[in-house]
Amino acid sequence: MKKKRLLVRSIIFLIISAAALYTIYASITNKKVDQLRIGQKAPDFMLVDQYGKKQQLSAYKGQGVFLNFWATWCKPCETEMPILNKVYKKYKKQGIQVLSINIGESPLVVDRFIEKYQLDFSIMNDADEGVQEAYAINPLPVSFLIDKDGMVQAIYTGELTEEKIQTLMKKIKP
Amino acid sequence: MASVSGNFLFASFLLYIVAILFFGGSVKQRKKAEIKEVGKSSKIGLIITIFSFLSHLAYFILRWIASGHAPVSNLFEFICFFALALVAGFLILFRLYPLPSLGIFTLPIVIVLLAYANMFPKDVAPLIPALQSSWLVIHVITAAVGEGILSISFAAGFIYLIKSINAKETKSSRGIELIILFFFSFIGFILLSIIFSSIGFKEKVYIVDSQGQQAAIDYHMPPIIGPDPKDVADNADFKPFLTVPATINSGKLNSVLLSILSGGILYLAARLILRTRVAARLKPLVKNVSLELLDEISYRAVLIGFPIFTLGALIFAMIWAQIAWSRFWDWDPKEVWALITWLFYAAFLHLRMAKGWKGKNSAWLAVIGFMIIMFNLIAVNLIMVGLHSYA
Amino acid sequence: MKQIECSCGYKNPYGTEICHGCGKILGTKGKKVDMRYEGSARRSQTYQKNPIDKLWNFFSSVKVGVGLIVIVLVASIMGTILPQEPTIQTELSLGEYYQKKYGTFGIIYYSLGFSNVYHSFWYLVLIICLSISLIIASIDRFFPLYRSLKHQRVIKHPSFFQNQRLFFSLPSINEEELEERLQSFHYKVKKDGQNILAEKGRFSRWGPYVNHLGLIIFLIGVTLRFFPGIYVSEVVWIRDGETKLLPGTNGQYYLKNNQFIVEVYDKKKTAKVFQDALQNKGIIAKNFETKATLLQTGQHVIPGEKITLQEIKKANIKVNRPLKYGGYTIYQGDYKLNEFAELEYSIMAKQSKKKLGSIKINLADPKDSYRLKNGLQVEILEYFPDVVFDKDGKPSTISKIPNNPAFVFRIKSQDQKSAEVSLVTVNQTVNAAAAASFAVELENVETRNVSALTIRKDPLLPLLFLGGMIFMIGVIQGSYWQHRRIWIRAAGNREFWIAAHTNKNWHGLKRDIQHVFGNHKEHGLETPTYKRLDNGEEE
Repeated sequence: MKKKRLLVRSIIFLIISAAALYTIYASITNKKVDQLRIGQKAPDFMLVDQYGKKQQLSAYKGQGVFLNFWATWCKPCETEMPILNKVYKKYKKQGIQVLSINIGESPLVVDRFIEKYQLDFSIMNDADEGVQEAYAINPLPVSFLIDKDGMVQAIYTGELTEEKIQTLMKKIKP
Repeated sequence: MASVSGNFLFASFLLYIVAILFFGGSVKQRKKAEIKEVGKSSKIGLIITIFSFLSHLAYFILRWIASGHAPVSNLFEFICFFALALVAGFLILFRLYPLPSLGIFTLPIVIVLLAYANMFPKDVAPLIPALQSSWLVIHVITAAVGEGILSISFAAGFIYLIKSINAKETKSSRGIELIILFFFSFIGFILLSIIFSSIGFKEKVYIVDSQGQQAAIDYHMPPIIGPDPKDVADNADFKPFLTVPATINSGKLNSVLLSILSGGILYLAARLILRTRVAARLKPLVKNVSLELLDEISYRAVLIGFPIFTLGALIFAMIWAQIAWSRFWDWDPKEVWALITWLFYAAFLHLRMAKGWKGKNSAWLAVIGFMIIMFNLIAVNLIMVGLHSYA
Repeated sequence: MKQIECSCGYKNPYGTEICHGCGKILGTKGKKVDMRYEGSARRSQTYQKNPIDKLWNFFSSVKVGVGLIVIVLVASIMGTILPQEPTIQTELSLGEYYQKKYGTFGIIYYSLGFSNVYHSFWYLVLIICLSISLIIASIDRFFPLYRSLKHQRVIKHPSFFQNQRLFFSLPSINEEELEERLQSFHYKVKKDGQNILAEKGRFSRWGPYVNHLGLIIFLIGVTLRFFPGIYVSEVVWIRDGETKLLPGTNGQYYLKNNQFIVEVYDKKKTAKVFQDALQNKGIIAKNFETKATLLQTGQHVIPGEKITLQEIKKANIKVNRPLKYGGYTIYQGDYKLNEFAELEYSIMAKQSKKKLGSIKINLADPKDSYRLKNGLQVEILEYFPDVVFDKDGKPSTISKIPNNPAFVFRIKSQDQKSAEVSLVTVNQTVNAAAAASFAVELENVETRNVSALTIRKDPLLPLLFLGGMIFMIGVIQGSYWQHRRIWIRAAGNREFWIAAHTNKNWHGLKRDIQHVFGNHKEHGLETPTYKRLDNGEEE
């Protein structure tokens, strides 16, 4: 009788504690839940770049993809885009594709930026803001390193330097 | 029709005063605490109260018809309705427990509330988009009715304390006198507002706030407290007695301080005239009332009022908030204070039912509960900022 | 723990104060026994041995429960003194903000954590403790009470009667008449020989447990919202005429803002009764709504893919009238009026002030260059939708929203031989060269409104509603009815003992007794007396 009571109470406490702990845990991690995390599959997208070519992420299966989001007003973007332009050809030979997505500014502004810095890697415009939402973009710039199987291997926010790019690219070399 | 409704309101205001006199008279008549024997004076008092209630109700209905919406859309209308709910609560509890003292202590609150309501803009205004919903009626009316009934527990509790506290218990006596002081402060505010608005007093002080912006502080009464001189924009001849940083709205604080001061003056005058504590002079009025009965009335009022209050102020409120603002709860001051009121009365019921808190303890709780309701009505609406502060 | 065997033979669990069999008062040394749980042993009061039991007793205690309520109450009050962090919009750090705005009080308030009470870890812990208390206190009391009331017997021991608050005796009773009267007052009458148990309102005893259950369901609903994927809440700003993807809908839905309108009450068109209010208040908002069309992508689409949208329905979204579809609800939120949409500039010859032509620029999608009728070409070298100037006067934009548009124009003459560059904002033109032959002036501005809509998906709302309803049922069940019982015992030799008990509203019970048994003054017997219990407890 006594033992049964102890058992019942212990079970009840166990259930309650589990629920309480999970609630606390969930409330703490809640804010980060919406964001894309390392190890998750990178959402597929389809946009047209400045050359009129349709770029779809899933088409690059088997290759690494360096996916970068930017805006003309983000100062670090201004510095890093030329760097990316310098090195993208090198990485293309190593099997990594560099794709860049503007967060939906007017076409004129994007064109002018491309002209100004003479960028020739694939740059697309997410006018609908659908891709940004899928990738849960908040601070800019942000770059996603996607491996040959389409999984996110690294997420980097902040300004890129040549060394940093090199370190990141290593993670997704096929 | 709006002006006719106003006349009904004024008539009810006068009739409530008359009813108090009759209830007072009946107390002198009663010899024993027999519930069944309700004196003639008390019966007249009840009839007058009922007529007054009907007149008050007529104001409500006529104003509804005139404006096309339930007249609970601004502070004036809400306080008038709350007063109506209080009378309704009184009538319900009087029906169960016919105690004239209840009338003597409830009706003055009703009268002061009506006078207080008068201080706010009375214009019949069309509804703003947020209030264009049938939930306005459902939520506000239910909440007000709940609060009205809960307030009766305050009246019963207050009477209990008047009767049971003797001069030797200094702390408790002081507590009662403090409540009376608050009541006088209310009256003080009303008198001062009437005086100063009738002479057209209005002053504006410009300050430079912490963001560097110029802002105006309105004064409705002569300032005795003002913003720190270094924050004042240009009023060279504005020299208040006390100063306070610009972050506090000194205009409102000024009105509060002056109300308390005038309340204090009224209180001192009362003490001088009565030559003793005010509570001591009120004691004979409650001579023949059974303490046990008062305790039961107070408890019963909370039992009846609490579910209605929960339904109106929390449940209906949350449903409407979800429909109108896309979220049923956002921790804005009004919502939080409704929660605080609810938690308080929940604690009250638990302490009573399970811990045997009766009598004086319960009476003090009833008093505090009412203070919380009043705080929600006054401070939250007028002082705290939020989505919900309708003034 | 040893069972207590009553003289009637019934074996009661340890701690029982009133025998479950016959109602005899068991070993309390002459003190009155409270009837709250029918004298049965609340388990938590008897078992104290191990830590689990101690923890159980702690959470089952009403004192602790009330203490928790009070702490939550006080914490909630603290959060209303100054605006909370989630409501603050500032570029300063929060500590700086509170210091600047509220001085010393502000910085103390902030460092003690009162600036973010309701979303703090501690508040969550308090609510969890309160929930635990609710659950355990209810379990601890409900089962013993239910069992006692279910198995209660009609015949009670004399000591039971003497223990009751309401107890008197009569020389005789008319059984049939009594039974009729009791039933007319809605009592259920049970008989055992000449003993009677009349009972009504037992269901109200379960009220507290029902309302606690409601609260628990509500709180479960609240905590489940923390879990990923369950809850969507997004805001989207859509301009007049724009069609935008609705965030949070997995790319499924788009909304077109056909037109956003704002109306205020027009003095001339509103009823006479409102004239004073309009006079005093000036502007009173009448309505603001988004005339919208909801569209969907139909099949599964990947982000960025352009497909034709299918129209689902049209709706006018306004406050109190959200649009509901597909589990999502779209609410009218804030709005911004008169955002720049198109700017029309006229190019003039500076000296002759003759107008050479004008260009109309769509701020959402400006063209590379504009050709005027007379062959002049205006190229847009740079476009800053939201211009700011650094300390050297160099322009850049801070966002893509056309709050303060500026352009760098290059005006080329017809023969392409000369070109002039100038910076043009909404209010001025700055020429690159001192000697300029062209002047640019803003001729016309077209604006449009922007409406903010909130998209929500909250599948847990029905659960919360259920919890709330169950709570209301429980609270009404427990508050508006009382559990009353009257026992009548044939005590032998022209003596009938009557005892009565209720969990609240003794006044009403007294009235019932008087109605059923008549007014005792007439019978010349004692009037019912209230015997106060020592601990003065009620239900």
